[in-house]
Amino acid sequence: MSTSGLAAIVREQAPAVLATLIRRNRDFAASEDALQEALVAAFDQWPRQGVPDNPRGWLLTVARRRLIEQVRRDAARRARERRVATTAPPGPTATPSRDDSLHLFLLCCHPALSRPAQVALTLRAVGGLTTAEIARAHLVPEATIAQRVSRAKRTIAAKGSSFGVVTDGELGERLDAVSMVLYLIFTEGHVASSGDAVDRVDLSAEAIRLTRLLHAARPDAEVTGLLALMLLTDARRAARTTPTGDLVTLADQDRSLWDADKLREGLTLTRHALTTGAPGPYQLQAGIAALHAEAPDAAATDWAQILALYNLLVAMAPGPLVWVHRAVAVAEVHGPQHGLEALAALEAGDPDMACNHRLLAVRAHLLARTGDASGARAGFLAASRATLSLPEQRHLLRLADSLADAGSDT
Amino acid sequence: MKYLILIHGNQQWREAFASMPAGDRQHGLDAYDALTQALNDSGELVAAAPLADPTQTLRPGGGRGAAPDGPFAEAKEYIAGFYLVDCDGPERALEIAGRIPEASEGMVEVRPTMDLSAFDW
Repeated sequence: MSTSGLAAIVREQAPAVLATLIRRNRDFAASEDALQEALVAAFDQWPRQGVPDNPRGWLLTVARRRLIEQVRRDAARRARERRVATTAPPGPTATPSRDDSLHLFLLCCHPALSRPAQVALTLRAVGGLTTAEIARAHLVPEATIAQRVSRAKRTIAAKGSSFGVVTDGELGERLDAVSMVLYLIFTEGHVASSGDAVDRVDLSAEAIRLTRLLHAARPDAEVTGLLALMLLTDARRAARTTPTGDLVTLADQDRSLWDADKLREGLTLTRHALTTGAPGPYQLQAGIAALHAEAPDAAATDWAQILALYNLLVAMAPGPLVWVHRAVAVAEVHGPQHGLEALAALEAGDPDMACNHRLLAVRAHLLARTGDASGARAGFLAASRATLSLPEQRHLLRLADSLADAGSDT
Repeated sequence: MKYLILIHGNQQWREAFASMPAGDRQHGLDAYDALTQALNDSGELVAAAPLADPTQTLRPGGGRGAAPDGPFAEAKEYIAGFYLVDCDGPERALEIAGRIPEASEGMVEVRPTMDLSAFDW
């Protein structure tokens, strides 16, 4: 078997094995060391003896033996030895359960950890990425991620064995944190195709892979909605930017470039989620993405239905950006003037929104549609100053330029 | 989210610092060491450095030191150092910046960096 073939198997199995070790042993660092040793043994033995029928069980057994040896070797760690000794060992072919994967997700996204630490630890422990890969993906030095991960592990170790215990009452809240971390990883991968993306781990693909794992462990309606939202959004990736990295808005995208497989899976999951569970924010956002996906062209978009979903979303998870996007739907259904009024109401209620680039850009679009070219141009320029995205800034400046060409420069 | 924390300096501040009692000067330097160490430990530090005196400035196309004219003329203020941090958001970046001694003098600013994020909306 080739090294890359082995690496693929290992990457597939290692996180689940780690999850089980941590679940039983409650010591993150020691579990990871033991897993590393088991992986070394696998790379040594599998090419000669063949991959075992149950690679996961094999890794788990070897890692558990290493763990016990390691504890015995280290006489100063008697407390841990007692802990391991009193935990009933699984049979030699025991395989990690779905609960173990869920437990590892919850541990990595513990509220005592900062958000960046949760992201790094999830990618490291559940995703099986190396610190170097995580660092490249975030464009930071490897030492920064190594430090982030080791500090997160120290925090977990310092909190002791109670750290991982989640009561039923907490589970919903903790799952929200996991979903948020996965969604954050997904959006971090949401970058223009130009630039120095070569050699970087694809964080969007990684987030989808991890969300599939979470979904396998806990297929509730919101996790299904989250996975669907990611698939439907990622399906549009090839159409989102031109080969030179310029942004293409949804209305102008070449829909034949959308990934049909991802769309199909996303639509199926969305339908399943919306018809089985209580609606939640991720399901509603997936529902909105699904309506865009189902339209053969922009003009055929069912905006009335999208507005209905936004109305549910603002009631359930009100956020300034949700209101901005709802204003777009209002404008599509009732006309740009109504959209502008919705934005004005939003600004009146939250003065900070006056310099939000999304609000500025949407208003500029709506002003352009009412025929106010100079107002629209000023709006696009203001939005271009407010955004933190380079491709978006270039896009907004182009829009401003196109209005100047129309002779409305002021 | 990455933020560049810029620490400004000027001639007056430098002279005031030089004429401080040694203990006070050390106190300021210790604050920097402690901050750098804390950011290193938390995994938020991307890069940090104090910058050499503006007389050491190099310019492409010739010239050296503070230019007598041009876009940076009469620059009584200069950049004395920087931290590039990768942290949770603007609140945290401000919290970090507030630990820099010059912050109390209003000589520290936090600049969000731009990224390549590309949403379709």
